[in-house]
Amino acid sequence: MPAKKVRLKVKRQDSPSESARWDEFEVNWVPRMNVISALMEIRKHPVTVDGKKVAPVAWESSCLEEVCGACTMVINGRVRQACSTLVDSLKKSDEGDLPPIRLEPMTKFPLVRDLVVDRARMFDDLKRVHAWIKLDGTHELGPGPRQSPENQEEAYPLSRCMTCGCCLEACPQVNDSSSFIGAAAINQVRLMNLHPSGKMHASERLDALMQDDALTGCGKAMNCVEVCPKEIPLVDSIASVQRQATKRMLFGWLLK
Amino acid sequence: MASKKSSASATQRASSVRRVIVVGGGLAGLTTTMKLCEAGVPVDLFSLVPVKRSHSVCAQGGINASVNTKGEGDSPQIHLEETVYGGDFLANQPPVKGMADAAPSIVFMLDRMGVPFNRTSEGLLDFRRFGGTLFHRTAFAGATTGQQLLYALDEQVRRWETIDCEDETGSTIPGERMVRKFEYWDFLSLVLDDEGRARGIVAQDLKSMRIESFVGDAVCLATGGAGLVFGRSTNSMICTASATSAAHQQGAIWANGEFIQVHPTAIPGADKLRLISESVRGEGGRVWVPKDPKEKRPGRDVPESERDYFLESQYPGYGNLVPRDIASRALFKKAFHEGRGVYNPKTQKNELEVYLDVTHLPRALLERKLAGVLEIYEKFASEDPYENPMRVFPAVHYSMGGLWVDFERSQNGSLVKDSPRNQATNVPGLYAVGEADYQYHGANRLGANSLLSCIYGGLVCGPAIAAYRKSLKKSSSDAPRALFDTAEKREEKRWDAIVAMDGEENPFQLHHELAETMLRDCTIERDNATLEKVIAKIEETAERLKSASALDVGKRANQSGQFVRHFENMIVVARLIAHGARARDESRGAHFKPAFKDRNDPDWLRTTLARPANASEGATPKFIRQFDYECAGQTVHVTDAVDTSLVKPRARKYDTAGATTKH
Repeated sequence: MPAKKVRLKVKRQDSPSESARWDEFEVNWVPRMNVISALMEIRKHPVTVDGKKVAPVAWESSCLEEVCGACTMVINGRVRQACSTLVDSLKKSDEGDLPPIRLEPMTKFPLVRDLVVDRARMFDDLKRVHAWIKLDGTHELGPGPRQSPENQEEAYPLSRCMTCGCCLEACPQVNDSSSFIGAAAINQVRLMNLHPSGKMHASERLDALMQDDALTGCGKAMNCVEVCPKEIPLVDSIASVQRQATKRMLFGWLLK
Repeated sequence: MASKKSSASATQRASSVRRVIVVGGGLAGLTTTMKLCEAGVPVDLFSLVPVKRSHSVCAQGGINASVNTKGEGDSPQIHLEETVYGGDFLANQPPVKGMADAAPSIVFMLDRMGVPFNRTSEGLLDFRRFGGTLFHRTAFAGATTGQQLLYALDEQVRRWETIDCEDETGSTIPGERMVRKFEYWDFLSLVLDDEGRARGIVAQDLKSMRIESFVGDAVCLATGGAGLVFGRSTNSMICTASATSAAHQQGAIWANGEFIQVHPTAIPGADKLRLISESVRGEGGRVWVPKDPKEKRPGRDVPESERDYFLESQYPGYGNLVPRDIASRALFKKAFHEGRGVYNPKTQKNELEVYLDVTHLPRALLERKLAGVLEIYEKFASEDPYENPMRVFPAVHYSMGGLWVDFERSQNGSLVKDSPRNQATNVPGLYAVGEADYQYHGANRLGANSLLSCIYGGLVCGPAIAAYRKSLKKSSSDAPRALFDTAEKREEKRWDAIVAMDGEENPFQLHHELAETMLRDCTIERDNATLEKVIAKIEETAERLKSASALDVGKRANQSGQFVRHFENMIVVARLIAHGARARDESRGAHFKPAFKDRNDPDWLRTTLARPANASEGATPKFIRQFDYECAGQTVHVTDAVDTSLVKPRARKYDTAGATTKH
């Protein structure tokens, strides 16, 4: 029996100013194979199915266990991490061959090369919304504030966001003509505002969001929740922060 | 060709303030950066990836601190004793004492930063058990503690990115932030002045491939371990030790390279071996194999009486929580030597896999404390660990060795606060911290001590660099520009030569072959004749790499070219590991030679120190017993003797005796 093969169609682009093309590759299937191992095989023998020698595909990766967010790309039309995408899971049914796997870069971020994009804006957004606890310093100040297990259990899932960008890629409201900041940064505001000392600066974060009109625009398409690999309740986070912002808008002047 | 620097970018990089360079944005690099900022020292922070994606993110189980919340009588003294005993007495004890003493305040600091640690019903920090101790000493945030710690520090450093530098009078300097980040930049080499002092670095932008030099009053490498030398490991793809290797080649001494930790439980895989945290056993997970080697039933259907819980029977006190080197050897013996791994009816053989079982534990507990790691198993092995025992095997996990760093011992046996010698390498102005250094774990690291050592190292390293910087007679900003231009040109030439490589060999394939050899012959068990073959393989690979192709002439994100450079540096580290292992004829911690089964303190209770070979000396690292180096105006004499002044070395016997003398 000939070795089982996996076919990949990869969208290639050398730079944003050059035009895109598609290269098709074939590699041997191995048990528990993921998209990353297929890409790793390609670079050991970077030749297309037409026998053309090409440069190895450029892609981003680091942890390979879906906790760093680096290897996010669009696989068969769906944005996700290449490491946790097992090739067998892309089969339509248990029977039959694997159809070619289509790999494309995310579209909401500037392209660097091939499957690599620049997600710097997501980290800049975290600056905009002051996504940190204002520590007095790292010197010894004794134990932190007590927190109920319930508070921890609400915060922990929110804090697993790895800034991968799936939620922005899938959101119809995140685009060049909209000021909506997207679910990831808003979720961080919810997380910081939950913390006993983070709460003390909740208004700063809300003001930052309201100032730039970054909070309105969510059309509740729910795509973010659908694609979030960590199953973070992002729409709840948006609703929660919107409620906080409304309260601040209505009653904030009383506090001044 | 490396594109030439435009004048615009030169202006953009130039800084009117004196900065320190930190390379690496994991826990150690971020902590160092934060401490420097608090001391008023501006930082340029370089990282291969956005710092939030650093390898620290992979740590799962937790961070040790003897807070004694459970009233078990735990204390930093016991933490110290268990750490040095677990490390088979190879660690210098003052830094370990400093770390154990500081641990409770470190965990409190992280809690104040907003790390969502699991809580007790009173709202206090919860602690779990981990390997090598009988106490509940490990604070945790679900099973993604490293991720949570990294994010908290990332947030603090991001805040410093928005804060302006101040001059001596306290007025802000417009346009100069305390932290400038250079993400997607690769460290190429140090810029050394005529005295051999680090004055800056040369780095490459991995998007545009532009090569540039940067001025720094000191340089700190916080660039992690060397897992990629073994190809598949639990490490991230960025853990190539390229930066520390380059610094070593420029003169920094390497220490204890042969000590590589193999973690007992990981998921076998084609691209990497994914860690299943020790916390799984800390919460009650059990390791077993069927008593019948030809057992065909799935794990969950094998009755209790037909299971061999071999760690529990061999180590009645610690059971599944013996230190990692011991657990890994026991698993390896069971599956490899005895052929008792889990039977696979499809392949009709006993696989190199044992069961790690949590199916007897309440689902609510698993979901609250271990969901993050069980999710990894579920996603990557496509099996439900809540229902079926997981199948795992040992994997390369942690480099105890790394760049040699100094410490200054205080009167009470800890570290002198703010001494410029702490975390200093032998290259003046070069510091190392985190997994990149060799300092805290001796011959074997205890679980949940790595996050601690990274953060403690950073807390020590920041003030040490600040003190060093004060001692400088002349700032690097006043060093001649020619120094930087020459270094830049040297690296541009090297890069051009790499991109021009158009031989037949494929560098990724070559790496794969060498890594498979290292993994097979230089990990759990070591044999001198086999190590000779490993060394020959390393040299064969180095030779073949000369006739490889860089595969890519692209001027943007040229990852193959970058890989060739990292691979060249990995080969140097492979030599340090293999030659170190070949020389050390004893068994200690993670270094195990069946032909030399016992620890040999008279001959080998000493640090392996290696300096780079001169051009005339060939490729083999040169092992030395002592050297002198200069730090902040004083000459320091260093020998390979280990400071064991706090806990007297004794035989390590987890089967019959405990890690502490006074339980």
